[in-house]
Amino acid sequence: MSPFLFWVFALLTLIFGATVVVNRNPVASALSLVVSFLGLAALFMSLDAFFVGIIQVLVYAGAVMVLFLFIIMLLNLQAEERRQINWLVAAGGTGVAVVLLVQICFVIRHIRAAQQTFPPLANPTTDDVRNIGAALFSNYNLPFQIVGVLVLVATIGVVLLSRREPR
Amino acid sequence: MITLSDYLFVSGILFSIGFAGVMLRRNLIIILMSLELMLNAANLSLVAFSRFRVDPNGLPNYSAQVFVFFIITVAAAEIAVGLAILVALYRARQTTDVKDISSLKF
Repeated sequence: MSPFLFWVFALLTLIFGATVVVNRNPVASALSLVVSFLGLAALFMSLDAFFVGIIQVLVYAGAVMVLFLFIIMLLNLQAEERRQINWLVAAGGTGVAVVLLVQICFVIRHIRAAQQTFPPLANPTTDDVRNIGAALFSNYNLPFQIVGVLVLVATIGVVLLSRREPR
Repeated sequence: MITLSDYLFVSGILFSIGFAGVMLRRNLIIILMSLELMLNAANLSLVAFSRFRVDPNGLPNYSAQVFVFFIITVAAAEIAVGLAILVALYRARQTTDVKDISSLKF
């Protein structure tokens, strides 16, 4: 992938990620999140992880965001009214996030291996789905089944939680 | 050329944005969205590492991509449960603001 496209998609992801946090209207935040996830999916594809990129679009930009928008619609959330912003708390939260960011950048800058470019693949059009499926059903079979149980438990939990209390 | 550190920087910035969202926002839905941003930042660095560790056959390291697959599954389950709790909470209290939900606060 050309550096130009990388920076376009990286900036798309980051700018719309920031709008998620900054926006007052929950619907606008959710839609920014969709664009941010699409940019992220493009970044995955630039790393030759086509299966993960497609899953990202299907699961996040599709299912999860529909869930978010549906809940926002169901609860009829409006844009938050302007509350008095507690500047001390806001500055503290931003400060902690900035310190975290500086630390992450400091660590990445000092990993010497990270300054290298990506080694070439033998075949740029590898059969991604087949290889991930083989890994999933051979080496990671037990975790895969545990995740299946987790999803089942989550489904039952959601049904229980959203049931109306019997009067 | 694009190096591994560029992807890691993007991932770190995205994680910090999500972290700032969790710290700063008081709307529970936005907090859940910021959590998703943080999980996705972790996914991005995992996929970058997967592409960086090319094995002798010239294939990327698929263990990391399987891990990303698990993270996506668990995140979807987490969001479903989180939003169900949110709906139950809204039914009981008519609010999604974390400032109004402080019964357990010491």
